[in-house]
Amino acid sequence: MPENISAILPELWISIGQTGLMLALALSSAVLIGGPLGVLLFLTGRGQSLEQPAANALLGWLVNTVRSFPFIILLVALVPFTRAIAGSSIGPVAAAVPLSIAAIPYFARLVEQSLREVPRGVIEAAHAMGASELQIVVRVLLREARSGLVLALTVLAVSFLSYSAVAGVVGGGGIGDLAIRYGYYRFQTDVMVLTVALLIVLVQAIQFAGNTLARRLDKR
Amino acid sequence: MNKVTQIEPALPPVLIRLESLRKSFAAKGGDFHAVRDVTLQIREGDIFGIIGRSGAGKSTLLRLINLLERPDAGSVWFAGRKLGALSRSALREERQSIGMIFQQFNLLANASVFDNVAFPLRIHGRHTRGEVTERVRECLAIVGLADKADSYPAQLSGGQKQRVAIARALASRPSVLLCDEPTSALDAETTRSVLDVLADINRRFGVTIVIVTHELPVVRALCRHVAVMEEGRVVELLPVHALDTANTTLGRELAGLPAEVANA
Repeated sequence: MPENISAILPELWISIGQTGLMLALALSSAVLIGGPLGVLLFLTGRGQSLEQPAANALLGWLVNTVRSFPFIILLVALVPFTRAIAGSSIGPVAAAVPLSIAAIPYFARLVEQSLREVPRGVIEAAHAMGASELQIVVRVLLREARSGLVLALTVLAVSFLSYSAVAGVVGGGGIGDLAIRYGYYRFQTDVMVLTVALLIVLVQAIQFAGNTLARRLDKR
Repeated sequence: MNKVTQIEPALPPVLIRLESLRKSFAAKGGDFHAVRDVTLQIREGDIFGIIGRSGAGKSTLLRLINLLERPDAGSVWFAGRKLGALSRSALREERQSIGMIFQQFNLLANASVFDNVAFPLRIHGRHTRGEVTERVRECLAIVGLADKADSYPAQLSGGQKQRVAIARALASRPSVLLCDEPTSALDAETTRSVLDVLADINRRFGVTIVIVTHELPVVRALCRHVAVMEEGRVVELLPVHALDTANTTLGRELAGLPAEVANA
């Protein structure tokens, strides 16, 4: 085994754990906060049952604004906020804060888009049967859009695996950070190749899992 | 002739009363008046057809009955209650008594046939798991699809999908079934089987049927009364057994008469 690689092996395991932690936290907050936000974006939209042009415009503006920040800027700009929430501004948990802030509006948009694929008539039939808004969300929208939602989460996971590399800037660690510190700054090409290969495998695995699950869930 | 032999049987009570309904939609180049001042009553147990060319306002009129569309003016009375005056939750309760089926079936694609039919029972709580299962089986048997409970809609033909939709609409024991072009996406033979199911439901369970269609044979095969709509108005109201008294072009076409009223 090349010398460089055996030297960084212990650090590699830690990096994988850090990447996993950052992704898990960011994706969880995206699902828990961005998901409902996306549903709200959809329901308050034109022609939907809770149509609220003002609220919809405000939500849309908010989502667009956060999404327009280059991630590296968001990362730095949020440092005080991160410190308040995570108690520190360095480490993977701290890096998960700006990652989450970026992931929430991203996922909200993806959810809104997936829900638009649900045929109007199906929602209308549920209204005609006397379903409440909440029942329509849970029993109709989420159910009918579920394979699209799984694919949306897959896209998000892949994007944020790559975003998490930037988290090295605030000491977040992770696989991408390892690639930058050893592969790039120290010209250890073998480390660079290894980490990039690892990321490729990870992305392929995430995408494969997402596609498989989405296909299983889709009965259309 | 004996004057007292012909006693009119008592008419069944009115189930649906529409009073001076109006509905328009914002469209390019001004408002589109889909329904203009329609007053109509439909009695319990009737099979009532609403016929008209596309754009005549017949689907809008049907959707006004369960307030899927809110009227701009006028009111809808169902079983003696004014629907527009009900709270949101009271209207949701009332909608259990008003089943509806659609041209495109509108089934949940990611739910099995069983879960589709169970939908209206589950959203209105109050039923135990056993009651739901029993009622779903019953409804699937009524439409002749007892063996399809575990299939998904994508595995069914158009006619089967519509029958699942009928079973779903029946699950909460409605007193009326609103049918919005239920056979327009089906071929002639499948249409026949869906109409048979509808007639059967009317006969066996006394469910009132209101059916919107542009297909004249459907009216002739199924309905007892028919309203002819043109440009948002009901221009003619006929018992189907007396179609030959029709005066409007569409009414006369329905009766198989020449389009123009002959000048006597």
